[in-house]
Amino acid sequence: MAKIKYIEFNGNEHEIEVSNGLTVMEGAIKNKIPGIDADCGGACACATCHVYVDNKWIEKLSPKDDSEEDMLDFAFEVKSNSRLSCQITVSDELDGLVVNMPEKQF
Amino acid sequence: MSEAIKTDCLIIGAGPVGLFAVFELGILGLDSHVVDNLDKIGGQCAELYPDKPIYDIPALPECTGLSLIENLQKQIKPFNTPFHLNERIDEIINTGDSWKLKTTGNKVFETPNIFVAGGVGSFEPRKPPIENVSKYENKGIQYSIPDKNFYKDKKIIIFGGGDSALDWTVELSKIASHVTLVHRRDEFKAANHTVNLMKQLVKEGQVDLITKNQISDVQGSNRVEKAIIKDNDGNEKIIDCDEILIFYGLKMELGPINDWGLNLNEKQIEVNTENFETNLPGIFAIGDISYYPGKLKLILSGFHEAALAAQKAFIRARPDETLTFRYTTSSSDIQKKLGVK
Repeated sequence: MAKIKYIEFNGNEHEIEVSNGLTVMEGAIKNKIPGIDADCGGACACATCHVYVDNKWIEKLSPKDDSEEDMLDFAFEVKSNSRLSCQITVSDELDGLVVNMPEKQF
Repeated sequence: MSEAIKTDCLIIGAGPVGLFAVFELGILGLDSHVVDNLDKIGGQCAELYPDKPIYDIPALPECTGLSLIENLQKQIKPFNTPFHLNERIDEIINTGDSWKLKTTGNKVFETPNIFVAGGVGSFEPRKPPIENVSKYENKGIQYSIPDKNFYKDKKIIIFGGGDSALDWTVELSKIASHVTLVHRRDEFKAANHTVNLMKQLVKEGQVDLITKNQISDVQGSNRVEKAIIKDNDGNEKIIDCDEILIFYGLKMELGPINDWGLNLNEKQIEVNTENFETNLPGIFAIGDISYYPGKLKLILSGFHEAALAAQKAFIRARPDETLTFRYTTSSSDIQKKLGVK
């Protein structure tokens, strides 16, 4: 279980507990947090679950694989801390994780 | 309006579930037409994950998105179903017991049954959510190329790093006065051969390549005149141009179906689980686009939904006939339809 803070582009914060094994995307969808669309349902095939990971956390996540990096080409305003939230699996170690939502999911 | 094509069922969406619906309707003796906004058959399987593996199709331990579609096409071949690709439904009118639909290609269909098998919606080009980008659409900004000669002697900027961006960079460099390719990183997700051709053109000075930059704004009086790009540190650069091409892939949107008067549950269409009909008689929703309590967005669920919806479609298309349930294994009638007997 990890407490994750999702911050919408407009600054609205949602702090929720997400079970281990779920992805950061699934935590948002299950709790109806706006700002993450996840059109493809987590297949790393659409880039509509794009988030910016708080810089303190970026090193602690497992690194992006090629398919995620390729898919990020289709996200908007990609930065060095951009990730697809369907590719981040929640574990106890991620307790306190903060992710910011982009202005739009394209 | 052009003359209406009469059919027992119009299927919207040529993904796996739409294709299997052709089969289920076909063995009941119903003909169908399929309309899809994409230029190819296969929906998400073909567009988003042709090479990705699927492990949960019953009796197929492993297949790819593309091989699943190829097999479904083989399965429905006996029915010679017409496909209307690159078209979508523009207009829908209720004419009592049936529906009249017009496509963006000006085709008119008259049918008692509509199967919406549209997945997560129709694929539309991804557009950067920048205000000026939508303002200059068709005034210097395009997401596809209907006629490449339009770009003759023009100064062009192409955004993207996939196959479309690379193919057109190479192709247009032959006729344009200048081509600049802008991509957010140094790696490209396109055929190696094309990437090498592009790099050769850069070496020869025929193409300018700018990586680690993204589009940030466009400017111009009536038409696009300049693109503003931004690097990873936020430094901006202005490039003069006549035309901008943006190839950021496709995204899915429910689109005009939103306005049909269907009961929706967020981005899905509510159906009953007896026959997957919506609140509008004769309009069914099957596959990922349908919603009911317990819904799972699985291809196998969509197949089941198609089979049950076809039963109700039969009653609507052949009100005077009785439908007898038969197995493909033993029904000589079905086997005749499949051309195996």
